[in-house]
Amino acid sequence: MATEPTPKRLVVDARNISLTFETADGRVDALSDVSLQVAEGEFVSFIGPSGCGKTTMLRVIADLQQPTSGTLSVNGMSAENARLARSYGYVFQSPALFPWRSIEKNIRLPLEVMGFSDAEQQSRAEHYLSLVNLTGFERKFPWQLSGGMQQRVSIARALSFDPALLLMDEPFGALDEIVRDHLNEQLLKLWKSTEKTVLFVTHSIPEAVFLSTRIVVMSPRPGRIIDVIDCDFPPDRSLEIRETPEFLKIAQRVRTGLRAGHSYDE
Amino acid sequence: MTSSSLALPQPVPWRAGRAFMERYAPIATTVLALVAIWYVAAVAMNWGIVRDGFEREETPYTITDVLSGTMDAERPLLPAPHQIISAFLDGVFGYPPLAPRSLVYHSLVTLSATALGFVLGALFGIVLALMIVHSRVLERSLLPWIICSQMVPVLALAPIFIVVLGALGLHGLLPKSIISAYLCFFPVAIGMVKGFTSPDPLQIELMRTWSATPRQVLRKLRWPAAVPFLFTSLKVAVTISLVGAIVAELPTGAEAGIGARLLSGSYYGQTVQLWAALVAAAVLASGLIGIVGIVERVVARRMGAH
Repeated sequence: MATEPTPKRLVVDARNISLTFETADGRVDALSDVSLQVAEGEFVSFIGPSGCGKTTMLRVIADLQQPTSGTLSVNGMSAENARLARSYGYVFQSPALFPWRSIEKNIRLPLEVMGFSDAEQQSRAEHYLSLVNLTGFERKFPWQLSGGMQQRVSIARALSFDPALLLMDEPFGALDEIVRDHLNEQLLKLWKSTEKTVLFVTHSIPEAVFLSTRIVVMSPRPGRIIDVIDCDFPPDRSLEIRETPEFLKIAQRVRTGLRAGHSYDE
Repeated sequence: MTSSSLALPQPVPWRAGRAFMERYAPIATTVLALVAIWYVAAVAMNWGIVRDGFEREETPYTITDVLSGTMDAERPLLPAPHQIISAFLDGVFGYPPLAPRSLVYHSLVTLSATALGFVLGALFGIVLALMIVHSRVLERSLLPWIICSQMVPVLALAPIFIVVLGALGLHGLLPKSIISAYLCFFPVAIGMVKGFTSPDPLQIELMRTWSATPRQVLRKLRWPAAVPFLFTSLKVAVTISLVGAIVAELPTGAEAGIGARLLSGSYYGQTVQLWAALVAAAVLASGLIGIVGIVERVVARRMGAH
């Protein structure tokens, strides 16, 4: 099946977003004139050194921070309305599970907050736990699970209320490489089966190239976009693809972009 | 996927015995040492009284007579441990539970004031903490007063409370409970402010991404996160509320209660009665802490503690 670019609904439409912090040491330009359109079903990665504003961009889209200037629409509404309409699920670098709740109860938490019926909570928790391969762990508590398993629970929790958009802020950053590879494959499958739009922050080049349909390369001081790279690997790709020349070519381009955007004179 | 059921080695009987010894031997040694010192001190402190007694009655006496006299003097300066224990046991078992000489009766009187004061104080402390956590203005206006309230010695405040509440027609249990609550709300308020603000910022942001109401954030995040802090402060509060109830019985001239026993004991120089009442207070306090500890363990298990 050919993946012809059919015109799709924009899930994120950011135009000229700037965000300036006033700190004790003066102004910090966290984001400077960032524009980005993300269509439904895309997997967009943000990559760049720390301080380049990739996490800030995600937080602005999530309405956890407000831009100083620019216009932003998320799922066709303002960022605040999108948050109130529960349009996105957010996955942080640490799983941030609630330690006094069992795994099942953790996944039910957003559903409880949103007022889903008890039966609906039950069936959704079951469904999303099986989606992240954690069936049978319902009654365990977070401390009984490994870091990778906990992060899968937090992904299931973010998906549980079926948001249009999944925002992931370095979700595998704290995990070792073997677990990370494994979860990358799982996430790819998940993305295909759920057809969600994913925005994914990382500073691993292979991770970004492997997962994404588009890679946004950012650079710090001020935080801005310096390159946007399309990737179109077959949807049923496996980790072996990382050895192919096409993969290495894109990885090389990302690396070049990162180097160009970074001043090493500090 | 690994199963997380850990196979812990089962304790072998003799090992369990040794673990028991390792745990309790130091405690037993300390207790024995303290009792020994106590006996020596009792002999030394009561020596003069007993000797003077013999001399006043002009009866001939030997050192052995004085020595044995220091062990069972009627009004010793420092009663020997066995005197205190037998007075305590006599007070507990020697009378019907509701007789005016029964320590059980006096303990129950104090316990009821303690329990009411503890509940009132803990609730008040939690409400204060909620107000402080939800409003910066209240934090700035309430916190100094809360701290000030604990700087005034309760022994000075208690009579004022009793007089004022008495003028309002409140007698008996309630004034005592209010003094007890006045003391024990403090650790609860301070502990719960810490507990309500203890959640991880990420957890608070998650609630925000789900657009949870402030009420939901309180119920599903702040409250459960504060539970360990609650029990720590309740353990402190429960002993303080017992102290508060006893102190409240002193200036009221209460006829019943451990405070009343202490007061009449010191009034009439009944040191053995005084010490027996102290032992009763100590037993009550450890019982109360024990109850809070059991509830804590049950709640912790239900909340998935290790």
